[in-house]
Parts: sequence; structure tokens; C-alpha cells
Amino acid sequence: MLHRLRRWVADRWVMAIGLIVLLYLFVPIGVVAAMSFRDAGRNAPYTLENYKFTWAHWADPFGAAGIGHAFWLSIAIAALATLGAVILGTLMSFALARHSFRGRAATNTLIFLPMATPEIVMGSSLLALFVAAGVQLGFWTIVIAHVMFCLSFVVVTVKARLAGLDPRLQEAAMDLYANEVQTFLRVTLPLVMPGIVAAALLSFSLSFDDFIVTNFNSGSVVTFPMFVWGASQRGIPPQINVIGTAMFVISFLVVLIGQIPNLRRRKA
Amino acid sequence: MSALGHVGGSTGTPAKLEKPRKRWLPYLLLLPGGLWLILFFAVPAIQLFATSLYDPSGSLEEGYAMTWQFSNYADAASEYLPHFMRSLGYAALTTVICLLLGYPLAYAIALKGGRWKNLLLICVIAPFFTSFLIRTLAWKVILSDNGWVVTTLDALHVPLPDGRLLATTPAVIAGLVYNFLPFMVLPLYASLEKLDPRLLEAAGDLYARPVARFTRVALPLSMPGVVAGTLLTFIPAAGDYINAQLLGTNRQYMIGNVIQSKFLRVGDYPNAAALSFTLMAAILVLVFVYVRRAGTDEVL
Repeated sequence: MLHRLRRWVADRWVMAIGLIVLLYLFVPIGVVAAMSFRDAGRNAPYTLENYKFTWAHWADPFGAAGIGHAFWLSIAIAALATLGAVILGTLMSFALARHSFRGRAATNTLIFLPMATPEIVMGSSLLALFVAAGVQLGFWTIVIAHVMFCLSFVVVTVKARLAGLDPRLQEAAMDLYANEVQTFLRVTLPLVMPGIVAAALLSFSLSFDDFIVTNFNSGSVVTFPMFVWGASQRGIPPQINVIGTAMFVISFLVVLIGQIPNLRRRKA
Repeated sequence: MSALGHVGGSTGTPAKLEKPRKRWLPYLLLLPGGLWLILFFAVPAIQLFATSLYDPSGSLEEGYAMTWQFSNYADAASEYLPHFMRSLGYAALTTVICLLLGYPLAYAIALKGGRWKNLLLICVIAPFFTSFLIRTLAWKVILSDNGWVVTTLDALHVPLPDGRLLATTPAVIAGLVYNFLPFMVLPLYASLEKLDPRLLEAAGDLYARPVARFTRVALPLSMPGVVAGTLLTFIPAAGDYINAQLLGTNRQYMIGNVIQSKFLRVGDYPNAAALSFTLMAAILVLVFVYVRRAGTDEVL
């Protein structure tokens, strides 16, 4: 009896700490949401004191000068970087998961190293290269850098998915007279797709949110994080918090809707 | 994708031709991505090293002369050793706090989450949906001198350094912990999720006390997650300069702040490159020693 009581307490104790930690992760999001409804301009002190409520900033999320341009530029860069990283990374993960070849260890090291290198080192070394080679910094240098640091994450994600696949499914397709193209397009690719989608989402968010590497390689181009950084020095327009809150709500809803089939299945 | 399409053209090839074809296929698949990593990760690292040996009396406009100036490293070490030590110290402290906070959370989700497992996991990732700079700015609001955290601590008569939180070391650590906590929780969760709860029950049936069940069963089995999580937290934390810049003052500046300002504001490339290269070397050495010690080779 005492044993059970103790276990009951122990169970709730861990869960309670877990939920408190989770709450800690969400506190700043609440503050961002509150600041998005605050009736104050960009030069007002950045606090929740003397709080007055307004919808005005939500009615005009791109109202601050330059914010809309920066936002869409970041979306474009993230889309291109994701496309590049997913194509290159998926090819690499097929080679690593499906073939044995010489130089495998070296390849794995080459893929691991960017993940074990602080962003500031990658950003500054690319800057050193671009400057030495006389490359003009701007949109394309940002895309090149983003493809580079997303690539390793794509390989790791897709490779994990490939490793979990049953090779007999492809063998079965071949036995049923599907040729290699058919087997790849109708069996392998659909099975790997969840891994590729996860890798694409990860790449997109890594690229969209990147500040450190971008800061070194952007020249005079202003991405959304660069805009936020600049604003943090000069006064933060409330629209930044509107976009921050909107991004949170939209992504959360999308992921949540994606989970509904899962919840149903488990109930049944 | 053209590489894969090409392979498809050779269906029905006799078995003896199968081997040579497969021998070059993996290299073809690796070529574009591998070239990208070599050109934009490995070559830049070499260029960074070369830049660190340039004559520091040059400038960006006039160009730098390669003089194998190894003294740049000595200069960097003597002038910025405190920043290096602070970066490694802050990162280590951040990693320990993240482990202490992240382990119960990952454990709760993986072993007590039940039906809510996926939803709770989404909640761990959810803060990422808002740009991390915006969230760090929110900490400025939370920790501000008249914010509710400082007011509450004042009411409880908790002594604060200089009577404030913002622009102090605890604020920078709090920001670092906040930003990198999910990097700790996710790998911990991944390895705790594989843990069979019946092992813990068995340990309990064999009269292991809760503490022993944790230290002798759960913790050893989740070691791969602990190693991966500490690396994913320590590495970015050691190179960070955003938190020190937004939540601290120049007394909290880390090596990242120095590198950033030397590259982008002062334009002192050789010394900045020496600092950056030293940071990379220091972290790689620490990582390899740590991974060897922890005895987990397949980390990521």
C-alpha cells in the first residue's frame, strides 16, 4: 500500500516537473503574443508596463517599413535552400543507406562535421572564402550557405527513414516484374516520403530562422531575422510580434491537424 | 534525380554487369552533395585558417599579405582568453541546467505521456515556430527591471546582483538555457522512448529503490541520448553571441561577440579568423574526447 502511494507520488512528481519545464518554454511565446496587441509604437520602452490593448497591428502586419520585404525574402531563401538541400541530401542518404563503398567513413565525417561546428565558425569561414574569391555577398551567398548547413540534417533524417525500411518490399516489387524505375517511383519513394517531408520542414525552419550564418554572408540584403536584429538596436516595431505570433499559431495548427488521424486511431 | 533515372535505363542487364554498375552508383549519388560540402564547408575552413595567418596590418580594401603570422594566435589567446573561458563556462553551465530540466521533461513524455505523447512532443518543438530572436527579445521584457520576475524576487527578498536581472550573467544563462533546451529534450526523448518500461518494473520487483531504478537502469540505457543532447546544446551555446548581446552587457560578452564584431564591424580579419579557428579546434577536440569517454560512437 505504502509502496503504491509512493509510486503514485513519484509518477506525478516527474510529470509535474515536466509540465513546469514545458510552461517555461511557452512563457516567451505568451509575451510575444501580448506585445503584438500592445498599443505603443516602436520607440516606446519594450515592456508590458502601462499596457493598452489594440488590434491595429494585426490589421496591418506588414505596416512597418521594410518588414514585408524582409519576410518574403526569407521565405524565398528558405524555399530555395530547402529544395537544394533536400535534393542533394536525399541522393547522399540513398548512397549511404543502400550501398557499401570505399570512403564511407570519410563521407560520414564530412556530413557530421557541419553539425559539430558552431554557426559562427561556418559563417565566418564562408565569409573568409567569399572575400578571398571576390564574390559579391547577397541573396545567392545566403542560399549557398543555407543549403550547406541544412544538408547534413537532411541526410541524417532521410537516412534514418531509409534504414527503417524493409528491403524485402523492393525485392517483392522486383519479383512482380516492376523495373528499377517503377520500383523506385512506386515503392521506395512513397515509403521514404515521410522522411523527406520531415527533412524539408526542418530545413525550411532552420533556414528561415537563421541569423548567425546569414549575418556574415548577407552583404546588404536584409532577411527577416536580420530585420529583427536591426530593430532590436533601433526600436522594435510591434508588427514583429504580430508576425512572430502568427507564425507560431499557423505552424502549431498545421502540425496539430496533422496529428488528428493519429489520435483517432489510438482511441479506436 | 537524373542520376537515378540513368540507372533505370539499364534494366535487364545480365547479372555479371550488375557489380561494376553498382560500384560507381554510390559515388554518383554522393557527388553533388559531397562537392557542396567540400566547396562550402571544408574549403572555407581551410581559407579561414589561411586568413588567420595573414599579416594583420593589412586591411580589407588594400588586401592582406600571407606572412604565416602564427603570432596572431598568441595575440588572440593573450587578449581574449577570458572571453574563451567565459564561453566554455557559460556553455557548460547551460548544458548542465538543460540536462537537469530536460531529463524530467523527456522522461515524463516518453514514459508517462501515454496518449498525449505526440502532443507533448509537439509542444517541445512549438517554440521554434517563432523566430528565436523574437523569443530572446521577449526575455528582455520578462527580465526587465520592472517586470514581474524582478518584482516577485524583490517581494521575496531574494538578493539580486546589482538589484536587477537584465544585463547580468544569470539573464544570459537563462536565455541560453531557454534557446537550447529543445536540443537537449529531443535526443533524450528519442532514447528514453526506446526504453522498455517493463525493465523499470522488473527492477522495482527486484526491490530496487526508485533512485537505484533511475541510476542503474534508466540513466545507463538513455546514455546515447544524454551524449547527443549535451553535444547539441554545448556546441551552439559555446558559439552563441545573441544572448550575451541582447540580455547581457560587455561584461558578459562571449567569444562569439568578439569574432562577430572583429569580422563585421572592425574588419580585422586575421585576428578574427584566428579566434574563430581556435574556437572550432577547441570544440572539435572537446567533442572527440567527450564522445570517446562516453563510449558512444554512433552519436548522430
